[in-house]
Amino acid sequence: MIIKPTVREKKIFSFQDVPEDTSFEAGYLVSVNSGWRSIRPVVNAGTCIGCMQCYLYCPDGVISIQNGKAVIDYDFCKGCGICSKICKPGAIGMERER
Amino acid sequence: MEKFLSGDEAFAEGIRLACPDVISAYPITPQTIVVEKLSEMVEDGSLDAEFIHVESEHSALSCAMGASAAGVRAFTATSSQGLLYMAECLYYASGGRFPIVMMNANRSTALPWNIYGDQRDSLSQLDSGWIQAYAENAQESLDLALMSYYIAEHKTVSTPFMVNLDGFILTHTYEQVDVPTPEQAGKFLPPYETENKLDPENPKNMAFSAGPDTNYIFKYKEHAAMFRAIPVIEEAERRFAEIFGRQYSGLIDAYLTEDADYILITLGSIAGLCREIAGQLRENGVKAGVLRIRYMRPFPAEALAKAVSSAKALAVLEKDISFGNEGTVFTNVNSALHGAGMTAPAYNFIGGLGGRNISHQDIIRIFETIQSGTAKRVNFIGIGEEENS
Amino acid sequence: MSVSAKTLDQNEYFYGHKACAGCGGSLAVRNVLKVLGKNAVAVLPAGCMSAVGFNFPQLCFANNAIISTFAGTASMLTGIEAGFRRRGIKDFTAVGFAGDGGTADIGIQALSGAIDRNDNIIYICYDNEAYMNTGIQKSGLTPFGAKTTTTPAGQNIHGNIRPKKNMFEIVAAHDIPYAATATVGYMNDFLNKVEKASKIQGTKYIHVIAPCPTGWGIPVSDTVDAAREIVDCGLWYLAEYENHEFKINRDPKTFTSVEDYLRKQARFRHLSEQDIKIITDSRDKKWEFIRKNWN
Repeated sequence: MIIKPTVREKKIFSFQDVPEDTSFEAGYLVSVNSGWRSIRPVVNAGTCIGCMQCYLYCPDGVISIQNGKAVIDYDFCKGCGICSKICKPGAIGMERER
Repeated sequence: MEKFLSGDEAFAEGIRLACPDVISAYPITPQTIVVEKLSEMVEDGSLDAEFIHVESEHSALSCAMGASAAGVRAFTATSSQGLLYMAECLYYASGGRFPIVMMNANRSTALPWNIYGDQRDSLSQLDSGWIQAYAENAQESLDLALMSYYIAEHKTVSTPFMVNLDGFILTHTYEQVDVPTPEQAGKFLPPYETENKLDPENPKNMAFSAGPDTNYIFKYKEHAAMFRAIPVIEEAERRFAEIFGRQYSGLIDAYLTEDADYILITLGSIAGLCREIAGQLRENGVKAGVLRIRYMRPFPAEALAKAVSSAKALAVLEKDISFGNEGTVFTNVNSALHGAGMTAPAYNFIGGLGGRNISHQDIIRIFETIQSGTAKRVNFIGIGEEENS
Repeated sequence: MSVSAKTLDQNEYFYGHKACAGCGGSLAVRNVLKVLGKNAVAVLPAGCMSAVGFNFPQLCFANNAIISTFAGTASMLTGIEAGFRRRGIKDFTAVGFAGDGGTADIGIQALSGAIDRNDNIIYICYDNEAYMNTGIQKSGLTPFGAKTTTTPAGQNIHGNIRPKKNMFEIVAAHDIPYAATATVGYMNDFLNKVEKASKIQGTKYIHVIAPCPTGWGIPVSDTVDAAREIVDCGLWYLAEYENHEFKINRDPKTFTSVEDYLRKQARFRHLSEQDIKIITDSRDKKWEFIRKNWN
């Protein structure tokens, strides 16, 4: 089980829900970042060699290697394209968001 | 055990009894003796605490906040320029609801430079969200060192606490002080427990931003917590009296005010002299009284208005001036009087700035001028008659 | 075992944050936490990383994390480290992440104090060479010639007229147990330095170049490229200070072109031939010193 901040059910924070002090459960997310993208990385699984360089250099940590191939969490990918540039085999292409 | 101690030394004794885990402080006259004494106590093993030699007051309070956020009891002490230098952290500590205790040796603020006592430093920080108490003597200083943690750390309060001692007049003057035993102190002050902490088992994100939709709720809750300190102060004093045999009087300390016509309101170490003169005036048939404000925050608006309700005229004597207005204590008192529908005239007396002596005669004159109605709304003690007329 | 992508903790501790696309600072924070693991306690002052990571109720750290005052990163780390020790907690690392302004300008006093006390903390300066959070203003680590919103490039003045402060050597001058320079462009080097730091008792300082595409005027996909080129052209170096000695980790026989590095970035586009010569000469002088004096 991977530890990471996760998106919770959307709710309005009422007076009672607002904590008494400025401390709160770590890693509590209420929104995603997918709307930021104009282009998206697309992994060609046939070309991907699972070298993990894209995973290592992703500023948002949205790439994981599953079954030896890069997998992107599009909820949080901002489409910067660093992964595509870093990929030596050229397995990640950038495609326009529609 | 009876000891002959200065205010600073008495306060350090109180802190030793409160057993803070982390002490971070930077030296400034006239606070230095407190941190020197605490260093000695750590050195000789009579106080088991981390003493951290920070490089500034800003870091002193920042470090104390780190310790508090780590879930342990923290202490710092400062004065004057140091308090102003750490001002950013004052607001941070109260907003974060870190129940840190700080001793402030009340001292004049530059310019001109001056190391002596007035209360402009702490009174300029009334809005910073700290509970503010003003001690009158060395015994009360020690007792407040202990009580401050009880009140600040109380689950319903969780607010930082500033104990103010008049620079030199109180910090450096020796008195006979009863120093309780660690056993008694341990019986009075429970260990610090909080959920407001970084925790390996239950990770937290702390001291975050909050946008316009929730920010005001945090601020409201901070405000409400300060008022919840009022019953906790009473509770602390009741328990304190049971264990140590000394009873304090809450937010205010009223002397002969019940039937008084003329009441002088003040705070800190000058109150003793004021009471002595009120006593003398009583012997001459003048119904004089003195009200000492022990807590400026939470402000004792109701208790104060009730205690002075018989007065025909009031004087507020303070070692402070808010330039372009009047003394800040006076502003606070007037608001309370107005809120209670009181119409007796109130006059402001500004004295003791930069440590200037307030004499026996000065206090007699305050009573005389409020009695005759010849006082101005704001009067500077010691400024020439031509200026005052 | 050395740290690499394969050995790195798979947990993502800094996730869902609102940093700009391609942010070098967030890349540094993310990976440092992956090296230090779930028991890291992070302190971040006011600045980009706290602004993008801590907006209640969007809280982007899976580990314990707290915002400090702008000037108070190091002093708050000190308090947390002492507090955890007092609670008897043994397995934790107090780590600070401050930007260039938060480190070399407003936070330098508290940092110096912490090193002087040799507090057991790791301090990471993620250097994007200007106050980016407030909109690209000059800091003490803005390099010579860079255009920022407070050092405009005009007819009279060509951007920032002062060179970058040398924080690495300022910190080393305290005789700190461990200090290092790094870049997010060479991640393995950086993360192994973090790993090394985590095993050393006392204060550790790592200064990592973390390009800001917004402030540097480069495409968001070029963060890592720029972070490599700054080392390849010799304007930044990978070094360590340990056991009272300096050590250069990477001594290239030839440098890539300084001009190419500069011309790719909008902040340097105005520089004249003469400005570039000043920058190149100062690089050469620094390397002459390094090669002569460091191991």
